[in-house]
Amino acid sequence: MSNDRVTSTPFTKGLGFFVLLGIALLIILGIFVSPADVNQGESVRIMYAHVPGAWLAYLAFVMTAVSSAAYLWKRTRSLTWDRIAGASAEVGVLFMGISLVTGSLWGRLTWGTYWTWDARLTTTAFLFVTYIGYLAVRGLGGTHQQRARRSAVLALLAVLEIPLVHFSVELWNTLHQEASVAGRGTDVEMNGLMLFTLFLGVVVFTLMYVWLVLHRQRSLMLEDMLEDSGLDSALSERRAEATQAGR
Amino acid sequence: MSTVSHGHDPATLEPVVDLCDAVAVLGSFPALAGATMTVLRGEIVLLSGPNGAGKTTLLRLCAGLVALERGRGRVLGVDLSIDRESVRHRVGMIGHSNGLYGDLTVTENVRFWGRTVGASESEIDLAVSRMGLDGRLAHLSVSRLSAGQRRRTALAGLVARRAELWLLDEPHAGLDAAGRDELDSVLKMAATAGATVIVASHELERASKLATRQVEVIAGQVRKVVGL
Amino acid sequence: MSSAGQQRFTGTTVIGTARLIAAKDLRVELRSRVLLNQVLPFALIVMVMFAFALDSDAVLERVAPGLVWLAALFSALIMVSRSFAVETADGALDQLRSAGVPAMGIFIGKMMALMAQLVVLVTLLIIAAVVLYRAELSWAGSVLLVTTGLTATCGLAAVGTLYGGLAAGAKGRETLLPLLLLPVVAPVLIGATRATESAFGTRGVSTSQGWPWLGLLAVFAVLFSVSGAVAFGPLLDD
Repeated sequence: MSNDRVTSTPFTKGLGFFVLLGIALLIILGIFVSPADVNQGESVRIMYAHVPGAWLAYLAFVMTAVSSAAYLWKRTRSLTWDRIAGASAEVGVLFMGISLVTGSLWGRLTWGTYWTWDARLTTTAFLFVTYIGYLAVRGLGGTHQQRARRSAVLALLAVLEIPLVHFSVELWNTLHQEASVAGRGTDVEMNGLMLFTLFLGVVVFTLMYVWLVLHRQRSLMLEDMLEDSGLDSALSERRAEATQAGR
Repeated sequence: MSTVSHGHDPATLEPVVDLCDAVAVLGSFPALAGATMTVLRGEIVLLSGPNGAGKTTLLRLCAGLVALERGRGRVLGVDLSIDRESVRHRVGMIGHSNGLYGDLTVTENVRFWGRTVGASESEIDLAVSRMGLDGRLAHLSVSRLSAGQRRRTALAGLVARRAELWLLDEPHAGLDAAGRDELDSVLKMAATAGATVIVASHELERASKLATRQVEVIAGQVRKVVGL
Repeated sequence: MSSAGQQRFTGTTVIGTARLIAAKDLRVELRSRVLLNQVLPFALIVMVMFAFALDSDAVLERVAPGLVWLAALFSALIMVSRSFAVETADGALDQLRSAGVPAMGIFIGKMMALMAQLVVLVTLLIIAAVVLYRAELSWAGSVLLVTTGLTATCGLAAVGTLYGGLAAGAKGRETLLPLLLLPVVAPVLIGATRATESAFGTRGVSTSQGWPWLGLLAVFAVLFSVSGAVAFGPLLDD
C-alpha cells in the first residue's frame, strides 16, 4: 500500500544514479578536461549545458504534443497521457528558461550582445511564453477530464502556431537591412573530446528528462488520486446516509 | 381541447423521465447514488430535500448534461447511457442564471432562442404572448426588467424553443412575492400546454401548491414520493 | 416522429446557427455601443500616446504601419473579452451548450461578428495613421491595404474567438487571454505590418513587395479558421 504513495521505483532509482554520475562526468569534462575553443575561448564551455538544454526543451514539447494527441484520440484516451503531457511541459519550460539564459550569456561573450533576432532564438522565446500559458490553462481547475481536454487542444494549437511564428520571423529577417550578428565568430572547430562532451551532455540531459518526467507524472497522478480519494467510501457513506434518513 | 388529439399519440404514453437506480458522479463524488423516479407527461413535480442532496445533478442528468454512470435512464424516450446529446434540444433547463442577453429586448431574446431550433415567427409571437410578455414589456431591454420578469422571459425562451421537459433549479430564488406568483402561474400555463415540469425548490409551501407531486431527494437517492 | 423531428430542427444547421449568432452579436453591439463608445476611443488614444512616446515626425512616419497593427492587437484583446463577457454574464453560453446548438456554428458566428467589428477598428486606425502620422496612400496601395486588412482581421477574429472560448469559463480570463493570444498572433503582426509598409510606401518599399506577405496572412487565417471550427466543440463541452 505504501509503495503506491511514492514516486520512485527501482528503475527510477537506478536511472537517477546514472544521471548523477553523468552530470559529474559532464562537469569534469566540460569545465576541466576539454580544451578552450580557438575562436570562442573559454565561453565555449557554456555550450555543454546550453545545447543539451535546448535539445531537451524541444524534445519535451514534442512529447507534450504527442501525448496530447494520444489523449484526444479516443482509442488511446487515458489521463496518463494528459499527465505525461503536463509533466513534460513543466520540465520543458524549466529547461527552455535555462537554455535562454545560458544562450544569452554565451551571446554576450561571443557576439557582444545578449539577444539577436535570429529566427531560432525568437521562436524559442515564443515557445517559452506559449507553454507558460499552457501551464496556466492546466491550472484553471474543473474536472480532470475537462483539464485534460482543454490543455490537449491547446498543445495541438501550439504545434500549429510555432512553425508559423518561425516561418514569419525568418521571412521578416531576410528583409532586414542589418546583417544578423549570428554567424559571426561562431565557427566552432570541435575536436574529438569537445564533441564527445557535447554528446555526453545530450545523453545525460535526455536521461535526466526521462527521470524528471517519470517522477513528475507520478506525483501528478498522486495529486489526482488525492482528489479522487474517498470515491468508494463516499459512495457507501452516501448510501448509508440515505438509509439512515429513510428510517 | 387540443390535448385530446395528443392522447392518441403512443409517444405520450411513455414516461417523460424514467430513471432506475441511476448513479451520476461529479468529479469523484457520487452526487446521485442510485435514484429511481418516473415522471409522466404534463406533471409538475417538486423536488425537495436538503442542500447537497443531489437535486441539481438530478436535473442536469435529465438535461443530458451529466453522464449516467450506472443504472438505467430514459428521457423523452432517449436512452441516456447511449445518447445524451440528442435529448438536449428538447429539454430546457434554467439554473441560477437565465441565459439572457441584457442588451437585447425581451422579444429579441425569445426570438433568438426560438431561432436556435428554427421556430417560425408566429410560434415566437405565441411564446411571447403566452408568457404575458406582449405589450409594454416586449420591447424593453432585458437589463431593465425586474428579476421576475427576467425569469418569465427565460421561460418564454423555453416555450419558443419548444422544450418538452422543463427543468428548473430554485426558480423562486431572488424573486419577491409578486414575482413568485407570476412564476407559478407561468408554470401552470406551461403544464396545461403540454410541457412537463420538474422544479427543485426549498420553498415547500409555495411549490407544493403548484406541484402535482412531490419527490424527496436525500443523499443522492429518491426517498419519498408524495402525491398531492 | 422522425420526419417531423427532422423538419422541426432545421434551424440547427451550422450555417443557420452562425448567421443567428453573428446577427445577435452585432445587434448587442448596436445596442450597447461598446465598440463605438469605448474601444474605438481607446484605440485612438493609444495612437496619440505613441506619438508622445516616439516624439518625432520622421520616426512616426517610419513606424506608422507597426503602430496601426499594435493598436489593433491591443484593441482586439478587449473586443474578444467583451464578445465572451456577453455570453457568460447570464449563463447564455451554458444555455447554448445545453440547448444542443452546434459549436461550429457558434464559432463561425462569433468569428464573423468579431471580424466585422475589427474591420471598423482597422479602418479607423489607418485613417488615424494618415492623419496623425502623415502616412501616404496611393490607389495601388489602397487595394493592397484593403486586402491586407480583410485577411489579417479574418485571422485575428479566428484566433481571438478560439482562445476567447477557451478562456471564457475560467476565472481570471482577463489576464489569461493576452498571455495566450499575443504569442499566437505574432505572424499577423509581422505580415500585416510589412504589407501595410508597402501600401504606405514607408522607407521606399514598393507596393508590389507587399503582396507576398498576404500569403502568410492567408495561411494563418485559413489554418486557424479551420482548426477553430473543429476544436471549438471539445473546448466548450465538459
